[in-house]
This record gives sequence, C-alpha cells and structure tokens, in this order.
Amino acid sequence: MVDFGFGLVPSSRINLDLFDKDKYRELVKIEPDARICMACGSCTAVCTAGKFVHTSLREAIEDILNAKNDKALESLQACQLCGKCSMVCPRGINTRHLILSINKVYSAK
Amino acid sequence: MKNNILIIGGGPAGLESASQLQRMGYNVILIEKSPKLGGHLAKWDRLFPDSVPADEVLGGLLRGAEGVKCFTDTDVRAINRLDKSYNVRLTNGITVLSDAVLVASGFDLFDAVKKEEYGYGVYDQVMTNADLEAYFKTGTDRRIENPGKIGFAHCVGSRDEKAGCRSCSKVCCATAVKQAIEMKQAFPNAEVFCFYMDLRLFGRHYEDIYLKAQKEYGVRFIRGRVAEVSENYDGTLLVKAEDTVAGKPLKVTLDLLVLMAGMRPSGVGKAIGDLLEMPVEEDGYFAVRSGIAASQRSPIPGIFLAGAATGPKTLPETLADARAAAMEVDRYLTEIFPDAKNYKQLVKERW
Ligand SMILES: Cc1cc2nc3c(=O)[nH]c(=O)nc-3n(C[C@H](O)[C@H](O)[C@H](O)COP(=O)(O)OP(=O)(O)OC[C@H]3O[C@@H](n4cnc5c(N)ncnc54)[C@H](O)[C@@H]3O)c2cc1C
Ligand code: SF4
Ligand code: SF4
Ligand code: SF4
Repeated sequence: MVDFGFGLVPSSRINLDLFDKDKYRELVKIEPDARICMACGSCTAVCTAGKFVHTSLREAIEDILNAKNDKALESLQACQLCGKCSMVCPRGINTRHLILSINKVYSAK
Repeated sequence: MKNNILIIGGGPAGLESASQLQRMGYNVILIEKSPKLGGHLAKWDRLFPDSVPADEVLGGLLRGAEGVKCFTDTDVRAINRLDKSYNVRLTNGITVLSDAVLVASGFDLFDAVKKEEYGYGVYDQVMTNADLEAYFKTGTDRRIENPGKIGFAHCVGSRDEKAGCRSCSKVCCATAVKQAIEMKQAFPNAEVFCFYMDLRLFGRHYEDIYLKAQKEYGVRFIRGRVAEVSENYDGTLLVKAEDTVAGKPLKVTLDLLVLMAGMRPSGVGKAIGDLLEMPVEEDGYFAVRSGIAASQRSPIPGIFLAGAATGPKTLPETLADARAAAMEVDRYLTEIFPDAKNYKQLVKERW
C-alpha cells in the first residue's frame, strides 16, 4: 500500500471492496427493481417521515451499493410505509415493497 | 422522367428534403396539416446553442423550398399502394400519384397537464418551455411580471415511466440552459434554478452555454428532480425536490416555474402511419429499416422518414437527416424503382 501521508476515518470513506455481494444478490433476486433507481431524489423529497427524521430511499439504495448496510437501514428506520414515494418514482419502482425487502435482507445478520 | 414525391409535414425536415429533392429535378408535393409552414421552428424565438433567431433559419428553409407545390391545411384522406407507387387522396380533394412518400411528421410537445403534480393549467405561475418561447416572441405573458425567483424543471414527460416515456427528449436540457440565460438577461436581479437529473449538453457549443450560465449569469444547478409543486396563498409556488448532492430534501418558493416539456411522437403523424401501415417502435416513433445503416428508410419499400418523426432531434440533426433522406429517395428512384422487371428482387436485395 502506498502511504499518502494522511489518514482517513475509515467510516467516512466508501470502500467498494467491502460490498456485500451475497446480500445484494439476495436482494435483487426478490427485488430486481433495486437495480433501476436513477437517483433522482423524488422519493426523498416527498417523504412524509423525512419531514421529521432523516429518511431517504435514494440514499439507502446508494448506501447498500457503497457497502454501508447499517446506514442504509438507518435511512429507512422512520419509514411509515405510506407509499407516497411510489407515486412519484419516475422509474415506476414499487418503493414500499423495496423498502420492506431491504429491511428483510439487511436486518438478518 | 420526373417522378412525383409526396412529403408529409412542412416542418424543418419536410422543407429541407423538399428543397433538396426539387434541386435534383423531382416533382415535389408537400402537405402541411396546419395553416402555415415551419413546424415547431415557427414557434421558437432564438435557438440554442448560439441564439440564432429562429425566423432567420425558417426564412432560409422557406426560400430553399420555393417552387415546391405546398398545400397547407391539408392532410391525407386515403392512401392506396399500387404496384410500386402510392395513390394518395388529400383532404383538399386533390389526388396525387406518388412514386415515393417521405414522412416528416415531426413531434408533439408533451402535454404538461398530464404531469398533475406540477400543476400546469392549475397553478397560475406554472408555464412550459413553449409558453416561454411565445413570451420571448411576443413580449407578453400574464405570468411574467418581473419575477424574482424562477425555476426550470427538467425532464417533464421524459425519462418518466409514469408519463409513458422512458426516453430522453434530447433538446430540453439545452433549451433550459438557453432560457435560463435569457431570463437572466431580461431580469438581471432574478434568482434562477435548474432542477436536473443529468445535464445532457452533448452538442458542439452546448457545454459553453452551461459554463456561461454558471459563470456569467449565476444560474444555480440543483441535482434533483422536481418532485411536487404547490401553490401558496399569494400565488407563489412551493417547489420540492431533493438536492441529491447535499443529500437533503429541499424546498424553495418561486414566482415562476418553467416546465421542460419533452418530445412525443406526433399524433397526426401516427394517423398517417396507420394509413400506411408503418411499424412503430416501443417508444412510439416510427421504426426505421436500420437505426445505423438506413435510418431514413421505413421497413416498407418506397416510404422514407426524416426529422423528429423517428425520435427526438435537434435542428442541425433534423436538417442533416432531411438531406440524407433526399439522397435515399434519389437512390431508390434511380436504382430500384425504374426496373419494373426486377423491382421485387431489387427491393429484396437493396431496400
Ligand atoms: C421546446 C423546444 C425548443 C427547441 N429549441 C431548439 C433550438 O433552440 N435549437 C435546435 O437545434 N433545436 C431545437 N428544438 C428541436 C426542433 O424543434 C426540432 O428539431 C424540429 O422542429 C424538428 O423538425 P421536424 O420537421 O422533424 O418536426 P416538426 O417541427 O414537428 O414539424 C412537423 C410538421 O409536420 C406536420 N404534420 C404532421 N403530421 C402531418 C400530417 N399527417 N399531414 C400534414 N402535416 C403533418 C406538423 O403540423 C408540423 O408542421 C427544440 C425543441 C423543443 C421541444
Ligand atoms: S413509504 Fe416510507 S420512504 Fe416512502 S414516502 Fe412514505 S415514509 Fe417516506
Ligand atoms: S424516486 Fe425512484 S428513481 Fe428516484 S431516487 Fe427514489 S427510488 Fe430512485
Ligand atoms: S434533454 Fe435533459 S431535460 Fe430533456 S429529457 Fe433529456 S435529460 Fe431531461
């Protein structure tokens, strides 16, 4: 390893080498739409829970791909499953279903 | 022998092909459904990327097509395919026997009313890109009264499965940047925001206007799709999006929201397609013989296509496509059409 002479707090860096392929494979098997998010942010913008507590499906999807599984779960913790995000998603993702699946796959240790 | 060629659609594509084919010595008949020639170009004020006046470009196209038989307020009533030619009955009572048909039926602007969450037609201060062009042309619009904060919503009716259009309309990012600059020129004190998912500024000089919008005009580019709009008591608009770069939901109060309505296949064009039994692709635009090698030929021999009838195009792309279509028509009428004996075989081999 090259020592660049500065340190990084490990938790703030994205390390794609830590990406959990098995879990992701499990997720997209039940939820192929997890792959098609275009990160437009509409879900986050309209989120009813997000007004009070940080809640973001877009971020959760991103975090999973960036090997931050716990952070992904945190971003969905306050979700009320109200379904408002599914009404605005331009890719037509069944967002509530996706949220449930993310919780199911990534909560299981 | 001078063959008759029927061109359907008097927009930029139809006019440019007509002009080229006339030069080659063909007898061109052009029909336009609306009362005047020019298609959408006649509605635009200044053109991206260099702000050339639309009237100037249209004037050039009309001059080029001088001498062509043009029928406005005219559509096709019925079409019969004979052995090789088409017998076309027009709505003005005239019948044309045409050896080739060129479909240049263009596009329709996406009907922004369908995107209910943006409130076009409901909230007073929401307008479309086409409305703003009309304002620049005429200088009046009841919605524009020294606006202090102006937003541009990209991808309205494009890249949106819910609006029935997966694809990108190609021209609206450049239109938004152009109009953002023009609004800053008209109202230097205004704050201008562009809400985008990807800035598709692919053409020559396009990146330059993006840079100019940032550097000289201070336009704010926010990476996030406009998610919903509501109207405040005072008539201003509350716009919500996520700033996906900051990773935070965002709201802003605006005096004016301009929707970048995208391109959809032409409705009257589709009616022609049905008469001619022309196949369309999943995106609703006419199918071509080959997207790379023969994109001005329909799968049906003798039918040609040019311009936005085969998908979103900028003006230079439309005009280049129209010239290419003219070449293709000429090739067909000189190499395949005259050989009555081998016509079927030649079509099989070369179409
Ligand atoms: C908001 C907006 C702004 C734009 N600004 C620019 C710009 O600044 N620079 C640039 O390079 N490009 C711009 N474009 C793109 C440009 O408008 C198109 O490239 C161009 O108009 C395509 O020309 P066309 O002839 O294929 O189609 P159209 O312009 O749509 O013309 C088609 C014509 O065919 C007629 N027609 C259709 N069906 C029939 C029928 N059955 N019978 C008779 N007539 C028929 C229609 O009435 C119409 O007049 C813009 C597009 C949009 C949406
Ligand atoms: S379903 Fe959950 S994430 Fe979606 S808008 Fe409702 S609370 Fe927010
Ligand atoms: S609305 Fe859909 S496409 Fe947009 S960020 Fe959310 S999940 Fe992804
Ligand atoms: S050109 Fe830009 S605004 Fe238009 S559909 Fe494509 S990405 Fe959206």
